Amino acid sequence: MRDITSKLTFWTCTAGLLLAAGAYSTFVRFTGGLGAATHLSDKFPWGLWIGFDVLCGVGLAAGGFTLCCIVYIFNIKRFEPIIRPTVLTAFMGYLLVIVALMFDLGRPWAIWHAIIMWNPHSVMFEVAWCVMLYTTVLSLEFAPVVLERFKLTRTVQLMKKLSIPIVILGVLLSTLHQSSLGSLYLIVPYKLYALWYTPYLPLFFYVSAIAVGCAMVIFESFLSGRAFNRSIEMSLLSQIGKVAAVLLAVLLTMRFMDAYNRKIFGILFVPRTETYLYWMEIGVGILIPLLLLSFRKIRMSERGLFLSAVMIILGFVLDRLNIAVTGMQASAGVSYFPSWMEISVTMAIVTAGFVVFSLAARYLPLFEHEAVEQTGALPAQEAWAEDLNLVSQPYAAERITQ
Amino acid sequence: MIPRKAMLIDITMCVGCNSCQDACKVQNHLREGKEETLSATAYTALEEHDGVFVRRMCRHCEEPTCASVCPVGAFSKMPEGPVLYDETKCIGCRYCMQACPFQVPRYEWTSVKPRVQKCRFCYERIKEGRPTACSEACPTGATKFGNRDDLLREAYERIKADPDKYVNRVYGEVEVGGTSILYLTSVPFEKLGFHTEFSRTPLPELTWNALEKIPSVVSVGSVLLYGIYWITSRREEVERAEGKGRASRNGRSRPNHS
Repeated sequence: MRDITSKLTFWTCTAGLLLAAGAYSTFVRFTGGLGAATHLSDKFPWGLWIGFDVLCGVGLAAGGFTLCCIVYIFNIKRFEPIIRPTVLTAFMGYLLVIVALMFDLGRPWAIWHAIIMWNPHSVMFEVAWCVMLYTTVLSLEFAPVVLERFKLTRTVQLMKKLSIPIVILGVLLSTLHQSSLGSLYLIVPYKLYALWYTPYLPLFFYVSAIAVGCAMVIFESFLSGRAFNRSIEMSLLSQIGKVAAVLLAVLLTMRFMDAYNRKIFGILFVPRTETYLYWMEIGVGILIPLLLLSFRKIRMSERGLFLSAVMIILGFVLDRLNIAVTGMQASAGVSYFPSWMEISVTMAIVTAGFVVFSLAARYLPLFEHEAVEQTGALPAQEAWAEDLNLVSQPYAAERITQ
Repeated sequence: MIPRKAMLIDITMCVGCNSCQDACKVQNHLREGKEETLSATAYTALEEHDGVFVRRMCRHCEEPTCASVCPVGAFSKMPEGPVLYDETKCIGCRYCMQACPFQVPRYEWTSVKPRVQKCRFCYERIKEGRPTACSEACPTGATKFGNRDDLLREAYERIKADPDKYVNRVYGEVEVGGTSILYLTSVPFEKLGFHTEFSRTPLPELTWNALEKIPSVVSVGSVLLYGIYWITSRREEVERAEGKGRASRNGRSRPNHS
């Protein structure tokens, strides 16, 4: 028992410190401008907040649409138990993006301009609309969990009827959004280093996002399994691992064919920073996990599968940062490394995401909804009521619906 | 039809007196004082390369990348040639800065209400039929204002008159679709910090290639996804019905609705 409390205190303290540092940086950012808080400059206008928070936040949310497509469109229902935590993670990913944009945009109060001032020739315009619409779709996809918690049965049933159109919309918007983040960089053929610049950037962004979506599903299932003492659906997860392996193989083939077609084999081994990071990205993010996952034994072992998923995620993050930062340095003529305040804002937003996720896992029927359907009782309700000392009060929501 | 305005900058004639920047700062009410690179308070600057002065400024592209990438359309290309920025629309995403092939737009980094800053091609003066402030201030004629067609012709005449002196290229004629600022030089362009690898293709075409596919992705995608859903759910229905059929044949008298 003491072990658990000291562990909790450690993590709570860490989270508190990160949030406090983030709060300070937020103050500096909004009182002194972007220049006071970041290492961004005229020659390097996009940094960590775009490279990590936006590009990776959206990418790591890809598990949501991948799994929704598998369960509802392909009708493979055995993956249903992990759909809620995955959709919630996707939602968190998009909130990370939106909050980060509030920091990164010079004039965040004008963000709504994208709704009425249209420029369909701009990829950023497409990105803006995808963020708005897909966040709405994600909240609709997650709404049943909250509604169920408060026993709004009729609304839940209505939402279930609408679920297929919502899922299709979600898959389409994600397809557009994931690829459009790659399209953002199509406009910089003379700035982005040749190892990364290709007309196929949108396609690569899309395929790698689905692969990392699979890895995220595995990663989260393990973490939530450990945190909430749930058994892990190993056979399910290793099947997802197999899908990830296929996608990695496709991605690897496409990237090498593209390298061949663009005749960049000459710069694949030039000794410079870009080359090292490129190979690290290919090795950690594609080659090694592909190799690991192609062995049935590793795929079926908890440790092997988890390790492969972590590598895919790290490789993905490295790929996005390579495109956003590493690949843009040479042409910019300046070197960029994020300031501690940029890093602290990012870490604070991620921390907030973890806090929200664990609260949701505690108080919402995130994992236990099959139990609800069978017994009609909400196991999560007890924890909620206990915590807020609501045991003596009858549930207001219950009375309304009944 | 309003003729496109342009400026011809003959690098061989520039003496580095900085009059262009001084005049620009007065015209645009910018903070005084000499600056050696473009900044939020310097719309033009003289860059020295081994004793040769190169004027940097917004090129006012024929097909401006900044205008194409701006999500809220804060940049517009005027029929006279200038590319203008509207701060009332801007949301501060800085995609214009990221995308500009000439690294021109500058930002007010220390402001809490930051704007993008760049040359306005003295739009108000041009509307009145006057030349730009910098070209008027230039004592040697290194910067000359006029109609784009006329200046291009003149540039090639200058090359033709002295082919040994000039590099046989007017930078800005065709680069990324052509620009309103045209350069002549005697020192090779690549030694003066110019990107000589730029092709004639305007950059906005590169993103449009991807963007124009959106309608087909949406229409084909939605039909495809609904089709797959229909097949998989129909298959499930059939399986359920068959299962029930077998059950009733086995003696159970459950009604079969399929």
